[in-house]
Amino acid sequence: MMTIKDLPLEDYFTSGHTACPGCGPAILAKVIMKVFGKNTVIYTPANCLLVFGGTYPYLAWKVPYHHVAFENTAVCIAGIRRALKRMGRDDVHVIGIAGDGGTADIGIQALSGAAERNEDVIYIMYDNEAYMNTGIQRSSSTPYGAWTTTTPVGKVRAGKTEFKKDVPRIMIAHNVPYVATACISFPNDLLAKLEKAKRIRGFRYLQILAPCPTGWRFPPEKTIEVGRLAVETGMWTLYEYENGVMRINHKPKMIPVEEYLKLQGRFRHLSEEDVKRIQDYVKRKWESDLALCRAYGGCE
Amino acid sequence: MMRVVTGNYAAAYAAMRARAEVVAAYPITPQTFIVEHIAEFINNGEMDAEYMAVESEHSAMSAIISAEATGVRTFTATSSQGLALMHEMLFIPPALRLPIVMAVVNRTVAAPIGIWCEYNDAMPQRDTGWMMVFVENNQEVFDMIIQAYKIAENSDVLLPMMVCLDAFILSHTVEPVSLEEQEAVDEFLPKYKPHVYLLPEDPMAVGTFTPPEYIQEVRYQEDVAMRNARRVIARVDEEFGEKFGRKYHGLVEKYMVDDADVVLITLGTVTSTAREIVHKLRDKGKKVGLVKLRFMRPFPEQELREIAENVKAIGVYDRSVSFGSGGPAYIEVRNALYGFDIPVINFLAGIGGRDVMAPDINLMFEKLYMAADGAEKKNIIWIGTRGVEP
Repeated sequence: MMTIKDLPLEDYFTSGHTACPGCGPAILAKVIMKVFGKNTVIYTPANCLLVFGGTYPYLAWKVPYHHVAFENTAVCIAGIRRALKRMGRDDVHVIGIAGDGGTADIGIQALSGAAERNEDVIYIMYDNEAYMNTGIQRSSSTPYGAWTTTTPVGKVRAGKTEFKKDVPRIMIAHNVPYVATACISFPNDLLAKLEKAKRIRGFRYLQILAPCPTGWRFPPEKTIEVGRLAVETGMWTLYEYENGVMRINHKPKMIPVEEYLKLQGRFRHLSEEDVKRIQDYVKRKWESDLALCRAYGGCE
Repeated sequence: MMRVVTGNYAAAYAAMRARAEVVAAYPITPQTFIVEHIAEFINNGEMDAEYMAVESEHSAMSAIISAEATGVRTFTATSSQGLALMHEMLFIPPALRLPIVMAVVNRTVAAPIGIWCEYNDAMPQRDTGWMMVFVENNQEVFDMIIQAYKIAENSDVLLPMMVCLDAFILSHTVEPVSLEEQEAVDEFLPKYKPHVYLLPEDPMAVGTFTPPEYIQEVRYQEDVAMRNARRVIARVDEEFGEKFGRKYHGLVEKYMVDDADVVLITLGTVTSTAREIVHKLRDKGKKVGLVKLRFMRPFPEQELREIAENVKAIGVYDRSVSFGSGGPAYIEVRNALYGFDIPVINFLAGIGGRDVMAPDINLMFEKLYMAADGAEKKNIIWIGTRGVEP
C-alpha cells in the first residue's frame, strides 16, 4: 500500500497555480494526481480549482483537462467515459473534482443520475464547506453556526441555522461500488482510499474535507491542524463503504468541539449554547455513523 | 429502402446511419419515439453505440458535449421544455467547436402547457451559435440529419446543428421515406475525425477559464464559422443531390418566385400547404411565389435581398412571437431587407399547434396584394385568432 513516503516526485498538477496560501483543495489536487498519474482525464466544474488551476493560456494540469459548466460534473465525466469506451480506452482514469456547492447543491441531480447508472468514473468532492470561489456563501455542506457571506452575523440572526447535509450517506443509498470520506490531514488514509478508488470499476464517490483558510478564517499554516481537529473532535468521520460493507477507518479521540471551533473566525460569534448544540450534534453523528457501520456489517 | 415511417423514426434511423457513437437523451413528448427507436436499434444489435438514459435534458446535452470533446460522433433529441432546460448548455459546443447534431421536435413551451407545434422552443436559441434548419417533411428529416453531420464537421464550420421538425405534423405522421443504405451513407459521410479530444498521450485543455484578452477572438471565430457555413451548406446539398438524387437548395428554396408580384416566406410544414395554394392561385392567373426559409442560422440575408429586388410585397409566416415585435422570422427578414422600400408584413398563425389551413394561406396572399396596393396598413397580422379581426 502506498504511503506518503512512496509518492512519486513527478507532478501532474504542477506548482505555479494561483491558490491561496494554505489552500486545502490545492494540496488535495496535487495528491490526487500523484496517485493517478499521467493516464488520467480531469474534469472540474466552475470552482476555485478551475480558476487557480489555470487561466488561459496557462494551465497547471499536465493531463487532458475539461470544463463545461457548474452543475453537471457527474454526467460530463460519464460522457467522457462512454466516449473512451467507444475508442477502446478503458485504461484511462476519468476523474471529476467538484466542490461541496457543485456537489451537494446544484450538482446533486447529475450526481444521483450518474451513480444510479453506475457510470465508470471517479467523483471527488472537495469539501471546504461553502461556495468559496464566489466569495464564501453558504452551501448545504456548511456546518451549523458558521458565518458565511450569506449567513452573516447580524443583530437578530448569526451564522447558518441548519446542520451539514450528509452527502456520503446519500451516495451509500445509491448502492455504488465505493464511497469514502477522507481528510487531507490524514494523508495515508487518503492515499489508501485514492488507490482503492483507482482499482475499482464503476461509480466511486470520495468526499474529502479540505479546510479553506480564507473562508474559515484561520491562518494559512493551520490548514492541516484544523483538518486533524475536525476528525479528532468527531465533526468529520473517516469511513469507507465498499461493495455493501462499511468500515470506520479512524476512531476519533472525541476532543471537545470547542478546540476545533475556536481556531476559526467563522465560528467566533458562537454562544455557549451554540457550542453545546454542536457538541450534541457530534455525539449524535458519531453514534449514527457507528450504527450505520454496524448495519453494513463493518463494525462490531 | 423506401418505407412508410414517422418523422421521429426517420430521425432515429438517420442517427444510426450517421454512426453516432454516444447517444444521451431524456424522454419528452413528442420527441419520445426518437429515443425509443434508438434504444431498440441498439438493443437489437442494429446500431453500435453507447446509450445514456440520463436524468434530464440538461444532462443529455452535457453528456454529449463531453463525449464529443473526447473524440466521438454524438446525437441527442429533445423538444420544448427540454430544449429550454438545455439552454445553458447550448452555448458550449459552438465555442468549443464541437460539431454535435440534435433533432428538435418543435413543441410549445409552457405556460399554458401544451404538447403541440410552436417554434417558441427553438427560436430563443438563435443566439447560442447553433446552425438551425427547419424541415418540411419526413424525407427531409432523414436527409438533413445526414447532411447536418457533414456540414457541422467541415473544418471551416465546426459548429453544432439542430434539425427542427414540427411536433405531430411530422413527428407522429407517417410518410414514405427513402432510408438510405449504410454503405451509401458511409460514402457520403466518412468516419468522424476529431480535432478536439481528451487523450493522455496528447493532453488538451478543452474549456479553460479564459480572460477578456482571449474571449472576444473566440466569439469572432464563431461568427466567421457561421458565415462560412452558408457556402458549406450549399456545397453539401449539391453533393447530397449527386449521391442520393434529392436536393434542398441550401438556405432557402424558391417556388415560382422569378416572375412573382408577391411572395410568402414560410418555415416548416406550412410550406407544403402554401405550395399547394401558390399552385391554385397561379391557375387563376395570380403571380404569387413562395420562399421556404430553411435556415434561421445562418440566415439567408443575400438570397432574400435578391428575391426582394423584383417583388411588390413580402409576407413572412411565423409560428412563434417575440411579444410586441412580431415573429422571429419576420424580424430577421426585415433586418435582411434593410433599405428596401416594399411592404414586409408578418402573419402569425398556427400558434400552440393550431392547424394552418388553405383559407388561412389564401388570406395571407390577399393581404399581400392589399399591402402591395397600399390598402393594408398593418405590419403584424394575427390569422385565425378568436375575437381578432385579421
